[in-house]
Amino acid sequence: MNQDTLTLTPQQLIRKRAAGEPVEPGAPPQIHQRIINVLLENSMGALIRVVNMFSARGFNLDSVAVGVTDDPTISRLCIVTSGNERVISQILRQLNRLVDTIQVDDVTGADFVERELCIIKVRCRGAKRAEVLQVNEIFRGRVVDVTPDVLALEIVGPTRKVDAFVNLMRPHGIDEIARSGRVAMQRAPQPEHGPEHD
Amino acid sequence: MPSASTAAAVADTPQRLRGKAAVQQYIGKKMSGAEIFLHALEAEDARVVFGHPGGAVIHVYDEMARVQPNFKHVLVRHEQGGTHAAEGYAKATGEVGTVLVTSGPGATNTVTGIADAFMDSVPIVVFTGQVPLPLIGNDAFQETDTLGVTRSITKHNYLVRAPEDIPRIVHEAYHLARTGRPGPVVVDLPKDVLMAEGVFRFNEAIRMRGYSVPHECDEVRLRRAVRMIESSQRPLLYVGGGVINANACEALTEFARHMNIPVTTSLHGLGAFPEDDPLSLGMLGMHGMWWANQAVQHADLIIAVGARFDDRVTGMVDRWAPHAAIIHIEIDKSCISKNIYADLAFNADARAVLEELRPLVRPRKVKRWLNKIRDWRKECPLSYADDGELRPQFVLERLRAKTGGNAVAITDVGQNQMWAAQYLKFTQPRSHITSGGLGTMGFSLPAALGAGLGLRAYGIDKTVISINGDGGFMMNAQELAVAAAHGVPLKVVIMNNNFLGMVRQWQELFHENRFSHTDLTDTNPDFVQLARASRCAAFRAERPDQVEDVIDQAWAVDDRPAVMEFRVVKEEMVFPMVPAGKSSDEMITSRHAPETFV
Repeated sequence: MNQDTLTLTPQQLIRKRAAGEPVEPGAPPQIHQRIINVLLENSMGALIRVVNMFSARGFNLDSVAVGVTDDPTISRLCIVTSGNERVISQILRQLNRLVDTIQVDDVTGADFVERELCIIKVRCRGAKRAEVLQVNEIFRGRVVDVTPDVLALEIVGPTRKVDAFVNLMRPHGIDEIARSGRVAMQRAPQPEHGPEHD
Repeated sequence: MPSASTAAAVADTPQRLRGKAAVQQYIGKKMSGAEIFLHALEAEDARVVFGHPGGAVIHVYDEMARVQPNFKHVLVRHEQGGTHAAEGYAKATGEVGTVLVTSGPGATNTVTGIADAFMDSVPIVVFTGQVPLPLIGNDAFQETDTLGVTRSITKHNYLVRAPEDIPRIVHEAYHLARTGRPGPVVVDLPKDVLMAEGVFRFNEAIRMRGYSVPHECDEVRLRRAVRMIESSQRPLLYVGGGVINANACEALTEFARHMNIPVTTSLHGLGAFPEDDPLSLGMLGMHGMWWANQAVQHADLIIAVGARFDDRVTGMVDRWAPHAAIIHIEIDKSCISKNIYADLAFNADARAVLEELRPLVRPRKVKRWLNKIRDWRKECPLSYADDGELRPQFVLERLRAKTGGNAVAITDVGQNQMWAAQYLKFTQPRSHITSGGLGTMGFSLPAALGAGLGLRAYGIDKTVISINGDGGFMMNAQELAVAAAHGVPLKVVIMNNNFLGMVRQWQELFHENRFSHTDLTDTNPDFVQLARASRCAAFRAERPDQVEDVIDQAWAVDDRPAVMEFRVVKEEMVFPMVPAGKSSDEMITSRHAPETFV
């Protein structure tokens, strides 16, 4: 009983496009990664409400970074998630619906700075060590711990830069890795939002 | 950073003023947390509290005996019954229902009712006892992580940490439950907080910077709505329970009549628009009227008000209302464009939007559209066999005739619920109460108890009818004795087909008559004896000619519940029906026509 694309009514096409669902048969789903900043009551259980909402409603949660703001009663979450237009709009609205959320911003479309911190332990000695330190220099990393066999390096930057660094270290043998998840902040005063999810 | 927090004003309703007056004398006095809690309930004008004592709340019950607060406490016999009773109270009166239970099993027993209230937007506040703060996390006796368990089924929940916080948290809880899209709020009360002393303080202003009630109803949206309505040829109003919650039924009725737009309602929307109005199409969806679903599938504009496009309404979402542009008026933004994309949305109070919109739009001339609907109505009317057998539809028609619609019908879940929705022809808001979203069997009887006591507390004289199947009735039958103890003259209908009828129907239609574990013949009690043992009057009808007599006898009882058992045909099915996951075009209209009816 399935209708194919040719028989979709104009109204059905509007709905599919708005949801970010593929209209042409066989077209790939339009899944985008988004960065969402949330200002949250800094109270017991507020963070778990956010995380719980993602799991209860089956949304992706790629990373969460959380910390207190200059106002000690407010903490700031940076959430990285993905989905089509319909899913993202649902995520923003469900976040807003929580009583503990004070402000929810999708910063993806805006001009924003983004950073991630990574501490990585690399196994290296002798000549290898010089090579690792050289790459570390290029990436403006810092050495935070040294033993005869292992270097612990700290690298800060946009996720792509951290990814690139981790890939370069991989051949040397990564002992351990810890990444903070992304944090992001809009550069300019907040621009007007589009009509999709305000 | 967000702007400084703003205090929400709380409207001075008679209830509010009564509550304020009741607690003036306690302000600034030192007392136990338990007593503070009782006065905080008085401040909210909670008139009936459905509760069950236990170790963690024993001090509250102790203070209750000592202080004699101005509300009525009703001892339910199972905490689930308590939550449903609070739901019935809330739905019948429009006020917030209140539940008080102990920790651990007391709290977990309320979970089904809380989940039910969450799905159906029912304002209730559930107070759960908790082990003393220092013991939390130690697997103490009767400890449950109530906040964790109820997190995803509440609008919000609280753990109280100091006796002085109790009035503020109680006040916030009632405010949250009542405003915006209503819903359940849980307040967890540790035993040591209830035992500790504190000063009773009460501040009326609400300060919650993360919570506000939206009002997106601007000039641009209104103008667009006018254009969409005035250019439509086949407009349709799809109305849900939100209209009743917003007390917008009058505004809706004026709106529809002024513009000449036909109205179909969801299960929870029943009663929002009088079904005896020529513009009423009755209920839509899975067991809705065939003509209502036809109207949806042919409409070019659907104005959805206080409805959430549940899958029991839409069936297969992709095929629902394929020609209709959607205007969605809805207080909960997360319901907008969740299942069906809204071309235009008002995230605002339904009454405000309808009242602002009405004077802007000219009445629609849609005679052809209304004629078309009239033809559909003739094509596939509701019907059942008139062959001398006792059928539930006949019983419902007799009940409707008895009350003239001036009663509150509280239905359970399953076939009885759908037949009641089809045959009782609701004409008043809050005259139909049911468990729709969660579909909780065992809802009706305790909810009827709550509704009966709620109406009594507000001085409203209305007959309360509890409509059950034999399956659901047994799930909370213990509350019958509570209704008897409080002399609530409920009219309790049991449509006994000795089967879990709705499951049986699916087994017959979709599972080749394998009636797996749905036959209740061997496990059903004698309902008349059960009712009498619970101090209720009880009557039984087995033939159609006995129905009238049984109803008259039941209505003559005015000091306790009257239970009516109707031994109905077990094979009877609810039609028409959209099979789950199918399109609204594909309604089955009778047992003998299982093929698609287009």
